[in-house]
Amino acid sequence: MFTHKYKEITIKAFRFNAETDYLPYYKTYEMKVENHELILDLLNRIKWEHDGSFSYRRSCRHGICGSCSIKVNGKPVLACKENAWDMIDLFGDELIFDPQSKKRAIKDMIIDKKDFWDKHAAIKPFVVADVDPHPEHETKMSITQVEDFLDADYCIQCGNCHYACPALQANEEFFGPAAFAAAYRFTIDPRDEAGKERLEMTAEPAQGVWDCVKCFECAEACPKDVNPIEKITKLHNMQFEKNIAQRNVATKHAEGFVRSIKKHGFLDEADIVLYSEGPFGMHKHVKTAMKMLKAGKIHFTDALPFVDNVPKSKNLDEIKKLIEISQTNKLPKL
Amino acid sequence: MSQLKYALFTGCTAKQSTPELLSSTLAIADKLGIEITILEEASCCGASHLQDFDEFLAHVLNARNICYAEKLGMTMITICNTCQLNSAMTKHALDTDPELKARVNEKLAEVGLEYKGTSEVKHFLYALIDEYGLDSIKDKVTVPLSHLNIAPFYGCHNIRPSELHGASNSGENPYNPTSLDQLIDALEGHPVDYAHKNKCCGFHVELQANHTSEVLAGNALLDAVDNNADIMVTPCPLCHLKMDTYQDDVGKVMGRDVELPVLHMPQMVALALGCTEKEIGLKFHVQKATQLYTTA
Repeated sequence: MFTHKYKEITIKAFRFNAETDYLPYYKTYEMKVENHELILDLLNRIKWEHDGSFSYRRSCRHGICGSCSIKVNGKPVLACKENAWDMIDLFGDELIFDPQSKKRAIKDMIIDKKDFWDKHAAIKPFVVADVDPHPEHETKMSITQVEDFLDADYCIQCGNCHYACPALQANEEFFGPAAFAAAYRFTIDPRDEAGKERLEMTAEPAQGVWDCVKCFECAEACPKDVNPIEKITKLHNMQFEKNIAQRNVATKHAEGFVRSIKKHGFLDEADIVLYSEGPFGMHKHVKTAMKMLKAGKIHFTDALPFVDNVPKSKNLDEIKKLIEISQTNKLPKL
Repeated sequence: MSQLKYALFTGCTAKQSTPELLSSTLAIADKLGIEITILEEASCCGASHLQDFDEFLAHVLNARNICYAEKLGMTMITICNTCQLNSAMTKHALDTDPELKARVNEKLAEVGLEYKGTSEVKHFLYALIDEYGLDSIKDKVTVPLSHLNIAPFYGCHNIRPSELHGASNSGENPYNPTSLDQLIDALEGHPVDYAHKNKCCGFHVELQANHTSEVLAGNALLDAVDNNADIMVTPCPLCHLKMDTYQDDVGKVMGRDVELPVLHMPQMVALALGCTEKEIGLKFHVQKATQLYTTA
């Protein structure tokens, strides 16, 4: 059977020159694309065959320099690693090329990555150690120690996760997934001595890991399988392991789950808010609670300490026992 | 088609603040002839917060939940995206890491249980689509939803990370998900296309990062409204709680009033299958939704 060696597609590319344009616009390019072509090849062809002023970053073409990242139909990709036909399979014959962040666009696909680099640098993304300039033997690491940070070490600072993170878009103080993955990578390194400092930074409200919204956009966006949110979970756990966790609404909320599950198996939805916020934080929730009461979502008696409306898991004893023998972390005392 | 039988992990929300989710789930299962056994032994999945505090403990508790589905020899279905993700993450971790599986089983042995890895974990939405089938659902529609523009809100934990969900969500493209759209089509409703349908609702930082949470929910709600949605529908009760219960607060932060009923996926199906008003439970919504109940 005859099969086409190419696919005819339309590319809609974001165009903007911060020096001359008041607003960005999209320009359309028709192309026949062969099955071996990468998204980077299509960027090149826009520039070489259609418009020499079209701008984008590129360098290594081998998925290691991290400079050619863009978004294709909303999906963050490393252009030199992404096959064009795979994208056509996912999104059809109209591909939309956007810069990683439209609001940080300088020219077409090129963005100002200052915010990314500032946060990355602030987390100290290197081994902090007093190194003996004349060592008598090498510093040895076990395979397990290396494996602990190996996947995080594959980060090429392309910024895909950073610009896919909605928490960062709503809160500029937030470090973001790439900085956290780096924080984890160097904190877990047995040679490093700045772990406490990094964990303290990630424990701070607003900037730290507790503001992560758990959307998994970063895991999806990473072209090197770094899985930043997995590292974020590890940082959360390490804060408790190293007794660095602050005692605040977020950490009490996390720990409150154990308290609730021990009692009921299920989460006590009213109690977790009461417990996390403490008596002085509850005023924030009175209005919502009233609305929920009116709709029958919660009941007046839920707030009474001597009335227990929460459903119980069958075989609750098993759950209690498992918590007793499996819990490893504790919330720091006041 | 032989009768489908599932072990239902209800999660906490369906047993407390969203009773309408459980009643509508059971009602549509009944209408479709799907047999449901509720896992009454199950505990909370940890909702990612227990995982932040004590990841190992969260694996032990989630493995225990799955053990009970394994005992029944059934697929465990979930009706909450977050339950789905956390159960699936434990399953994936244990099935791919024998050392972790052994450590977890050592704890489970103390209560006479063993995690084997024999039960699948699947969200009810995908069980309906992949195993029951959209055509079969279509045959059962008695109250077509043709009068409604319905904005599908997918919720993060059913679609990301795609590598983890691949087998259980029929390879949904997280950047262009279609399952809910197809379900709306099958019920003869009009799916609303809008950019935020696969974005985050902000629920998980409601307490500690309230502004972030309201902005994320607001972006999605306003996008749906601006694209002429009459209602929003979601397979996740946590997205529902954020979008419905906090809708007024979200409106204040966004500087615009929003009035958009947010339905659970099974409630939407229940409307189209002609379930009773009580089963659909629209009175439990904070944003008024009772007007949506119609009979054939």
